[in-house]
Parts: sequence; structure tokens; C-alpha cells
Amino acid sequence: MKYMYDVIVVGGGHAGIEATLINARNGMNVLLVTGNINNIGDMPCNPSIGGSAKGIVVREIDALGGTMGYAADRSHLQIKLLNSKKGPGVRSLRCQADKHRYHEEMLKILKDFDNITIKEALVKDLIVKDNEVFGVITEDNEEFTSKKTILTTGTYLNSDILCGHSKEKGGPHGEKTALYLSKNLEKYGLKIIRLKTGTPPRVLKSSINYDECEIENGDDTLLTFSNFYGPTYKIEEQIPCYLTYTTPETHKIILDNLNECALFSGLIVGKGPRYCPSIEDKIVKFRDKDRHQIFLEPELENGEEIYIGGFSTTMPHPIQEKLLHTMNGLHNAKITKYGYAIEYDALDPTELNIYLESKKLHNLYTAGQINGTSGYEEAAAQGLMAGINALLSIQGKEGLVLKRNEAYIGVLIDDLINKGITEPYRLLTSRAEFRLILRHDNADLRLTPIAHKYGFISDKKYKMYSKKVKEIEELKEELKNTLIKPNKENNEILKGYNSSELTSGIKAINLLKRPEITIDILSELMKKEINKTIGEQIEINVKYEGYIKKTEEEVNKMLRLENKKIPEDINYDNVRNIATEAKQKLSQIRPITIGQASRISGVNPADISMLLVYLKKEYPYE
Amino acid sequence: MDDTIVAISTSVGVSAINIIRLSGPDSIKIVNSIFKGHDLTKQPSHTIHYGYIVDGKETIDEVLVSIFVSPKSFTRENMVEINCHGGIIVTNRILELLLTKKVRLAEPGEFTKRAFLNGRIDLVEAEAIQDLIDSQTENARKMNINAVKGNLSNLIKSLRDEILNLIANIEVNIDYPEYEDEVQVTQDLLIEKCAYIKSKLEEILNASNEGRIIKSGINIAIVGKPNVGKSSILNNLLNEEKAIVTDIEGTTRDTVEGSIILNGIKINLIDTAGIRETDNKVEQIGIDKSYKTIESSDLILFIVDNSQELTKEELEILSKLDKTKTIIVENKSDLEGTSKELDGFETIKISALKDKDLKVLKAALIKKLELEKFDKQDFTYISNARQIALISECVKLIKEIEKKLQKEIQVDLIEIDIKEIWTKLGEIIGESYSDELVDKIFKNFCLGK
Repeated sequence: MKYMYDVIVVGGGHAGIEATLINARNGMNVLLVTGNINNIGDMPCNPSIGGSAKGIVVREIDALGGTMGYAADRSHLQIKLLNSKKGPGVRSLRCQADKHRYHEEMLKILKDFDNITIKEALVKDLIVKDNEVFGVITEDNEEFTSKKTILTTGTYLNSDILCGHSKEKGGPHGEKTALYLSKNLEKYGLKIIRLKTGTPPRVLKSSINYDECEIENGDDTLLTFSNFYGPTYKIEEQIPCYLTYTTPETHKIILDNLNECALFSGLIVGKGPRYCPSIEDKIVKFRDKDRHQIFLEPELENGEEIYIGGFSTTMPHPIQEKLLHTMNGLHNAKITKYGYAIEYDALDPTELNIYLESKKLHNLYTAGQINGTSGYEEAAAQGLMAGINALLSIQGKEGLVLKRNEAYIGVLIDDLINKGITEPYRLLTSRAEFRLILRHDNADLRLTPIAHKYGFISDKKYKMYSKKVKEIEELKEELKNTLIKPNKENNEILKGYNSSELTSGIKAINLLKRPEITIDILSELMKKEINKTIGEQIEINVKYEGYIKKTEEEVNKMLRLENKKIPEDINYDNVRNIATEAKQKLSQIRPITIGQASRISGVNPADISMLLVYLKKEYPYE
Repeated sequence: MDDTIVAISTSVGVSAINIIRLSGPDSIKIVNSIFKGHDLTKQPSHTIHYGYIVDGKETIDEVLVSIFVSPKSFTRENMVEINCHGGIIVTNRILELLLTKKVRLAEPGEFTKRAFLNGRIDLVEAEAIQDLIDSQTENARKMNINAVKGNLSNLIKSLRDEILNLIANIEVNIDYPEYEDEVQVTQDLLIEKCAYIKSKLEEILNASNEGRIIKSGINIAIVGKPNVGKSSILNNLLNEEKAIVTDIEGTTRDTVEGSIILNGIKINLIDTAGIRETDNKVEQIGIDKSYKTIESSDLILFIVDNSQELTKEELEILSKLDKTKTIIVENKSDLEGTSKELDGFETIKISALKDKDLKVLKAALIKKLELEKFDKQDFTYISNARQIALISECVKLIKEIEKKLQKEIQVDLIEIDIKEIWTKLGEIIGESYSDELVDKIFKNFCLGK
């Protein structure tokens, strides 16, 4: 069969972009189908990229050869390192992005490739034969064939916009929704679930009185998501965000009007995320809290729209207005876009294999909100991985799976396909059991070698990585061999930092073990300039050695189970003495390893023991 | 099967010698670390060595240790058998000591399972064993629930819940740093919280050490008005003259303890002073003490005279007794009985003077205390030793945390240690990590766009 394209990507959001670019960069001929080219790389909700755990994902995407970090670095209004006072395992970058510049940046990159074709259309069906997908059919009845198809439809799958008592078919920004695709996917046997999310109102900047709000600035050090490109902004040119609070009056109006909002009037059936409750939800569930924080975040550098973070609502328009006016800074606020909820179709992610390919329809990959996640970063990460695996499959290579100890991206996908979802899934640091080694500062050290092996990053980038590794090793050797002498000068310096004086010489690396001694103090003692990023790696590994070792022991435990493969032809009905629920789950998900099996919800340790006994008996040579 | 497992392979409490068995790559090395005698790691397979089990400088027991070097052993792994002097206390100490040395308590049937997985036994045998493992696991599951029900388990549950709240709070601070309105868990706050957790853990450790069921056994109070034959019943149960038996009312002034073993479980019998209104000061003290004994006992044997009507005092005592933990013994069944109002109470009629009636009483005790479960294998005992080892580890961890807090280690790192305590406590009561934490975060904290 002659294909028109190697890969078709349906959807130009954060997942679609990464899936498209990784394939284009590796020589594939890609068709990107999107409802509206002006919505490529759109952020329909909060104007920010990164955040706790998510910021680490952006770095991981960058290390693997993805684009989100690069584009965010070129379009943000301010950037911060979150949790900088906490341990190294939980630090993470977050930026306020200029929505328009981000879109432009992405569009420019996509258009630079001759082997990417962008087509404005809505997809209504797939070309399917014997459970294999050969391309897509648009609502204008155009057919496009491809070796692989990647669906990244976001919230545009049979979506409803809800506000007050109104419910209308449509996607964000009044765009059309893809009405037919999910029905057809259901026809092919895929399970469809209904999810919900929401967004707050936007307010005219000139109608806000910032004097009544608290200011929130970006950090005063230069920061970048990407490890490969330097910063392109000036610290003092960052644009601030502001903070205000709900008042007793806000709460009263909400409680008086609960029947008016779509959430409580019974209009909404989709399951919404607990971590993004609407303001109605917050007031009802946390009645004893006398105020809630509300964040005022600019959407554009030179635009008039301000995003009202923490104020997602489905109240009717006049009430939204009334509510905003109860808060400091917003007494005269003019709404430019009202808050709303959106319900949309998604697929059950437990029907995906570890490569994000459908277990029922071959050559079909899915990524992003269609897999039940929430968040731009989660979407981009899946888009990249689905893209990578479609590409590797075309190249006839084995797919790439990141393990839970290798990347947050691995945690994300592993959770999705094994545990399934009941609400839109957001990454949290608490979902990662090995977060001390999944740090933001070592994303490149963890993943760049993998990316290079597959050819996803350029030699130039790989050289940057190798140089860093070499410098870390050299510095470590030097610290091991340098003796800090107990002389008067050194003891004066130590005294200055409240550290006890030396009575005999000590190796620099051992001095670093003292909690109060930083790499900067060592640099002073050694009279040697130490590169910050290089020094940081040594400092973290020396200071947190005990915890890192503990984590590594846990990793090894997991890996031992991960290396025990389950034969593909196993029939779980023949495994004796495992619980019925476990049997069903195992038959449905068909885990590849014992480790994966142990993470499926509903499968208990006793079931795993029985499975092990069975495997040993039936497959003694594997 | 890279870890080392241990179990007591003889039944506990009755035999003169107990055998503790270990299997796993490090078993010889580990036993050697608590053994005073030959260097066991240098001994050939299938040899027996005389020496002492020591905990630091303290000698615990004089033992014989047998060495089996892989693959010439039952499980095909390195194995050790420690022959120690019987008795609960010593065997228990050695087991607990081993559990602190990277040794894990074997699951029921695990030695056999290892033997199979290592190819030591064939498929036909394995079929049979598989059934056995299954049935034993079922049994063990039920045991677990029974063994830790009540106080200890509730203490652990509520502490675990408080710890989870703390962890969720720390997580919220990490995942939603911009929500400064939420309580910020600082090092100072953690110092306070950890002191509280420590005091609770120590309380639990004491509770489990003072030891329910095995360590100090089950307490049975023998209650009744003077001269109904309390002391005779006690003495006959104990088969020795420990309590003072007379015909004069009020001679048993002190609670006298003696212990018997029923189905491998230690039963402490407590004789109470005869309860009746009195002006005699010495006797009054004894009566007050009796009421306290009743309250703290696991079971009350209320002895009444079969041949006499219940007195006012007896009815008053009856009204104070918990029906679920009382057996009424109508003594002197050889005499003609009177009808009594004993609705809802379990009653038996015996004559303390007859041996066969004593057997009836013992059978009633076994049934009421559900001791038949302990007949074959002593699961409660095992899980108890395991609990104590786990709780001791928790106490050790919290002490380490306190030291780390002094060094100003960051909160999110301390959280790793706190989580470990939480997980260990979960192991004790059989609850393991699921999505409890994530649920907690969103239940207790108000966040998000």
C-alpha cells in the first residue's frame, strides 16, 4: 500500500506539536490536522507553563529532544524556581507565558519543516481495516492515509460548553467541536469516558486596581527550562502577577446562588478534577475557610486580558460579574471572557499499551487530554512519547519506555495505563516514589544519553551534555584530592559561616558533608571559581547521599520485579488462587512484567506471589 | 528471593527446645553477627556449632546452630537452624533480634515455596503445596485481623491517620507553593509534630510490649462473693496450692496470679478478694482492687453458688459486668440448684472438685477466647513479634528524624522518613499504600485554578 504520509497527527495542541516535530525532525512526512491554525499551541486555560512536577516534565521533554521548554523560554513574562528553599528533589520551574508569543513561536518552528503539512479540518472517522488504522477521514469527506495515526484531540471531542443553565456543543474560544469522531471510535470497540474541566473569567487589565493587591514578581536570577539554550530575557523586564482574596461577601453570593451554576444544577455529568475545583466547589467544601487566594495573571505582554486564577466558575454571566466586584482590586472589573466548564469525550487509558498505542486498534496512538490527563505539560510529554514510539515502530525498532525511576514522564504513562483514571489526571510530586532522583537539575543527565542513542538530539546538544558530565567528574576528583588545611585563614572563613574550626586537614569533599557548608564556601576556601550547575550536582550528591542511597535501594527492588517478564500468551484463567478482580484486571491490561502487574489497582501482593509460582511452573525456561 | 526469611519452626510455648529457621543468601552471615562461638561463615555445610546468641554485650541464650550451605539445603538457599531453649521469652528475643538485621518474617508456607521455586521439589508436590500456601494465607489473613484488633490497632490507625495528614500537608506545600494561605509545615512545626509522633509510638510500643496475648498472655479475673469456691477453681486449674483456701469469709485479700497454658497461649488467672460491702479497711482495699482487676481483664469468670439464690451484692456486680467478656460459673453443681435470672450471660455448671468438670471449664475458656485458632500454629505470636520489631524500627526512625531536624535538613526530605514510618505502621495493620495520600490531599486542602 502506498501511504500519503508516514504519520498523521490530529490536533495542534501541546501533545500534537511534540508528536509532529519529533517525527519531522527524524525525516518522517507528517500531516498535522487542526481545527484552526490560529489555535496551534493554544493555552485555553492558565497562561503558564511548568509548576511543581510539571516544570520537571518540561525539562525532561527538552532533554529528550522536545520543544516545549525552548518555546516557553522564548515567550514568558516571568519565571520562578518553585520550592527553592526546600530539598533538591522538589524544585521546579514555572513561568507565566505570553499565550500569543508561545503560539507564534510554535507555528514558526512547525512551518520551518518542508515535511510537515498543516491542514485545517475536523476529523470524523478513521480508516480502519481488520483492527488496523490506515489514516483519517475529515468532515469534508477527504481521506488521508498514513502508516501511523496519533490522536491528540484535547477537549475538542464531542464537547459541551456549560455556564449557568446553558449547555451548548462547542470547544474553547467558540470553536467547533469534533462531533463524530468519538462515536466512531466507540464503534471500533474503544471505551469512551466523559470528563469535565473548567476555566475562570478573564478581566480587562485597565479595570483592575493593582494598588489593592499584593505583587508577585519573577525570580531575580536568570532561569531557563532548556538545558541547551541560554536565557533570552532580562530579569528587570519581567512582568508581575498580583494576588487578591475572596471576601465574606463573595462567599455569601455564591451560597445564595448555588442553584444557578451548572455544577450544582445537575447539568454537568462529566467527572471533574479535584485539584481544579471551581470557586463554587471550594466555598461549599471548605465552608470554614474565610478566604481563598485569587491570582491575577497576565495572558499577554501587551494585551488587556488578565486571567483570574483560582476562580474557575460556571455561574451565569451577571453573577460572575457581581462576584468579582466583591474582591479587592476587582471592584470595577470588566469581564472580557466569562468562566465556563467544558465536558468532553476521552478514552480509557488502560486500553493503551506502554507505547501509548491502542491495544485494540493497531497503528493508532493517543496523547494528552484524550487519554484522560489535564495540563499542557502532561499533554506535551505524552505527545512526545507517542510520537517517538510511532516513529520507532516505522523504523522497525523497539519502542521507548521510560521507567518510573527514569522520568516523571515514565510515572505519568505508567500510572495512566495501569491505574486508569476517574478524573482528569495531573502530575504531582507525590505520585513519584523516587522523586529525589527525578530532579529538575538532572533531567538532562538522566535522559539526554537515551535521546542521543535514538538520534533524537543533535550531536551539538550531545556534546554539551558530555562536557557537563566530564566537568562534574573532574570537579568531584578535585574535591576528593584537595586538602583544606587547618590554617588561620581557612578557620576565619569557616567561622564566618558558623562552621566549627578545623584542627586537622580535611578533604574538601568531606567538608561539604557539613550541613552549613555549601559549594560556594568551598570555592572560597579553595580559591577556585566553581561553575554553579556543575557544583550543584556534587553538592546534592554529597549532602543527600543517605537519602539518595535509600531511594536507589527502592529502585533496585522495583527493577528486579521489572525484569521478570510475563509471557504474552499467558491465560490468566489458568492461574490458580488469584482473586477474581485481579484476574479480570490482569486479563484486561495484560502487563508485560511482574513489576507492571504489581502496580495495577486491584492486584494484591498475594496475587503476584501466585502468579510467580504459576510462571515458574509453566514457563520454567523463561 | 534475594532476601532472607526467618520463622520459628516448632510450636511455641510448650516444647523444651525451639528451632528458629532462616533461609536466604545472607542467613549464615546474619546469624554469625549475633553468634558467639566459631565463625559460622567459615564452617562447612551440614555442621552443628555450640555457642551463644548475643545482643551486643548481653548474652541471650546458649544454643546449637546448624549450617546448611546452598544448594544442599531444603530451599537450595543458605539455611541456618538455631536450637534454643524453649519458652516464649527467649525464642521471642532471638526472633526479634534477627528481625532487626535485614531479615524478614516468612510468610506462611514460604520455605516450601522457595524450595519449589528453586527447583528443589517437583511439580506434583508443588500442586499440593500450592493449595497449602493458599489455605494458610487465608488463615493468616483472618489471624491478622484478630490478632491486632482492639486497642493497639486503633492506636496505630489513628496515629497513621495523623501522620498522613502531616504528609499531605507537606505535599500540598510542595505541589501548590503559591497557596501560602495553607498551613506551612516548617522545621519548627515538624519538631513539635515529631515529638508527638514519638510519644504516640512509644505508647504503642509499650502497649505491644506489655504484650497482648503472647508476651504477657490473656488476663482472666475470677470474681465472686466469698466462699463460692473461687480459690478452689483457681487452684484446680493451676494444680498447685497458690491461693489460700479456707471456709472463713474474706481470707483472700490479695489478688493472686498464676498462669496456665491453653493451646499454647499463656492465661493469667487473677483471684480477686471476695466482693461484698464491708467496714473492714484491709478488706475494703482488696474489694476496690477487685473492681480494677475486673475492668482491666480480658475475661471475667463470675463464680456463683449453684445452690443459693443470688444476693443483692451479686446482682449489683452482675449489672456492672460486660456480657461479651463474662462467663458465669455456677459452682457446686453436685448440690441442688436454684433458678437464676442470667439473661444474656454465657453460663456453665461445674463442680470444682471434679476433674471432668474442670475440662468443661477449660473447653469453655478455649471457645470464648477463640483459642482453637492457635492450635496448629501460633500466628498471633508471630505477628506480635513482627509488630514489635516494626514499631521498634519506627521509634528508631523518629529518633533519627529528631537528630536530622537539629541539623536543619529540609522538610521534604524528612518527609521521606516520615513516610517510611507511615508505611511500616501500615504493614502492622495490613494496610498498604494505595492512593490514600492523593485522596487526602484533595480532601483536606483547597487548591487549584
